[in-house]
Amino acid sequence: MLEILSAPWPWYVSGPLIGIMVPLLLWMGNKKFGVSSSFRTICAMCTPPKSVADYLNYDWKSETWNLFLMIGIIAGGYIGFNVIGSNSNVPLSQAAIDQLSQQGVTDFYNLLPADFFSWDALLTWKGFLRIFAGGILIGFGTRYADGCTSGHAIFGMGTMQWGSMVALIGFFIGGLIVTNFLFSFFF
Amino acid sequence: MRNVKYLLVGIYFGTVLTKSEAISWLRIQEMFRFQSFHMYGIIMSAIATAMIGVLLLKLFKIKTAEGTTLDIPKKEFRFKAYLFGGTIFGLGWAVTGACPGPLYALLGAGNLVIVVTLFGALLGTLLYSVLRSRLPH
Repeated sequence: MLEILSAPWPWYVSGPLIGIMVPLLLWMGNKKFGVSSSFRTICAMCTPPKSVADYLNYDWKSETWNLFLMIGIIAGGYIGFNVIGSNSNVPLSQAAIDQLSQQGVTDFYNLLPADFFSWDALLTWKGFLRIFAGGILIGFGTRYADGCTSGHAIFGMGTMQWGSMVALIGFFIGGLIVTNFLFSFFF
Repeated sequence: MRNVKYLLVGIYFGTVLTKSEAISWLRIQEMFRFQSFHMYGIIMSAIATAMIGVLLLKLFKIKTAEGTTLDIPKKEFRFKAYLFGGTIFGLGWAVTGACPGPLYALLGAGNLVIVVTLFGALLGTLLYSVLRSRLPH
């Protein structure tokens, strides 16, 4: 039993388990499933109301549920990794292993390869861009688009709000640009 | 407290995200290089499951746990914002190998350096709020 749990879960198990988040949160209180909204809530909490842009001057107190979700996700990460974690490499395809090896990855065990993600990496320009500027792109982009993968792909498409498809296409355009043209800029 | 249930839901979601490897930079690179079906399988089956769940809620006219009528929150469709914002986020997704949910899960899983990425995300949010009126939506 523990072996089943400790191995990585196949897509046809985890996908549906993730998808359930949409009807679950709706049932719990008409909550819109999404994670990037937590960035907005935190920024709004940390800035005095009248001093900031309209975007952060809103009733964030009614949205604190997403901060509880966020704390839960952090705890879930701990549980998933430590309590029912696996002991083997991430099971990538051979093609991925080959290409990534050529691009400098030697660590296929950790979720974030130690070759690129570490405190030491921050001391290099590329590493700093990768770890910090990557975050800026995430925060700026998700708030500009009003949603991330959870909010647009899973919730948006799941509730048949087809406009989210545009966001999803944008996500992939961005991702493909980095992976195919800008990889050596960051790695 | 009323919000504790969302903490539990978050724990569930964070655990599934971690076990599914959706939080792995390696899996995300693989996805953007079309070298595996794994992430596409997750996203597509998640969308399908969400759709079925929502349709069932509507079909059986299920009320929320708070006793109110089901009312699906609408996301305001803004073509340029979705496309440009989405692309910018996509750049960050490929660089860090994570989207917001996975960032939190990675933190919990012990990748403490990710706290720098999260600070970056908050800074990005602040930047957006300042530049917002000048951006095409």
